[in-house]
Amino acid sequence: MEFTFDNNIPIYIQLLEYMKIYLISGVFQCGEKLPSVRDFATTFKVNPNTMQKALAELENLSLIYTERTNGKYVTKDKKTIEKLKDEYATTLAKSYFEGMKRIGLGKADSIQYLERINEKNGIIRD
Amino acid sequence: MELLEIKGLTKVFDNKEILTNVNLKISRGKIIGLLGKNGVGKTTLIKLINDLLTPTKGEILINGNRPGIESKKVISYLPERTYLNKQMKVSEIIQYFKEFYENFDSEKAAKLLKDLNLDMNQKLSKMSKGMQEKVQLVLVMSRNADLYILDEPLGGVDPATRDYILDTILSNFNEKASLIISTHLISDIERILDEVIFIDKGKIVLQSEADKLRNKENASIDEIFRRKFKC
Repeated sequence: MEFTFDNNIPIYIQLLEYMKIYLISGVFQCGEKLPSVRDFATTFKVNPNTMQKALAELENLSLIYTERTNGKYVTKDKKTIEKLKDEYATTLAKSYFEGMKRIGLGKADSIQYLERINEKNGIIRD
Repeated sequence: MELLEIKGLTKVFDNKEILTNVNLKISRGKIIGLLGKNGVGKTTLIKLINDLLTPTKGEILINGNRPGIESKKVISYLPERTYLNKQMKVSEIIQYFKEFYENFDSEKAAKLLKDLNLDMNQKLSKMSKGMQEKVQLVLVMSRNADLYILDEPLGGVDPATRDYILDTILSNFNEKASLIISTHLISDIERILDEVIFIDKGKIVLQSEADKLRNKENASIDEIFRRKFKC
């Protein structure tokens, strides 16, 4: 995967977003050991210091933790990750409905669109 | 001890002040962009650090030493213009560097050259400008130095190669070293920078962490630079 960064936004904030998605979607599972800062920096093609900053921020948010000599791990607390996932889903849903409202669509229509577009494009399958 | 410390540095040429009271501290493990328009003193500052010019006033310390034999061992410098003999083959230049610099890693050089599809048996004079730039950059990055100074390193290379070079810089970079890149092509390189230094009319006008500056101004370094130095 190619990661792209917008130069207008601090790089570490964009890294933080990528990492949050990784945690929410379970690329890294609860309690799993994370790759080293250097490995991450190589994957994202960013400066190791910037990567370090993003990981420090994740740690501030209690999403990961450091074991003194062993490296960094995803939090063991499933609830923290679930909460983050809920926040993301809420934001996405809100912004969808607000957009539909702006173009004058009601609740029933908006929900119908969701179903129809998903059906047509096969984005989320059961 | 700071890797590089510059105190009250002034350089006068022909009664003209090229640099005025420059103060700078550069610590280890950073990639720093030295950013300024053409002719504001970037190359002069770099030449002073590399002992190719002498200060009119002030002091430069590299690992606590003034520019000289000791500092040259630990600084790997890519000048704006080539100094290599173009009649030499790449392999001969590698040999030359290996003999000249104790900290030159010829295996690393060979690997980088291979990745960039450069032929060791070709003479520099037979290569395009971009290829010659790549060879020079490989030579500079293959030394295990404390401070890498690249003066306008990416002028002649295509965007794909530029990205490869930036990635090479990132992945070959160690925490004990720092790297200064001087350029006016900011948007091309800003993603790899920790810190930026803006220089204008011979003075340091700003030194900041790159992300802090983006946060504060809500814009890219390139955009901030353009706003500040509008012609």
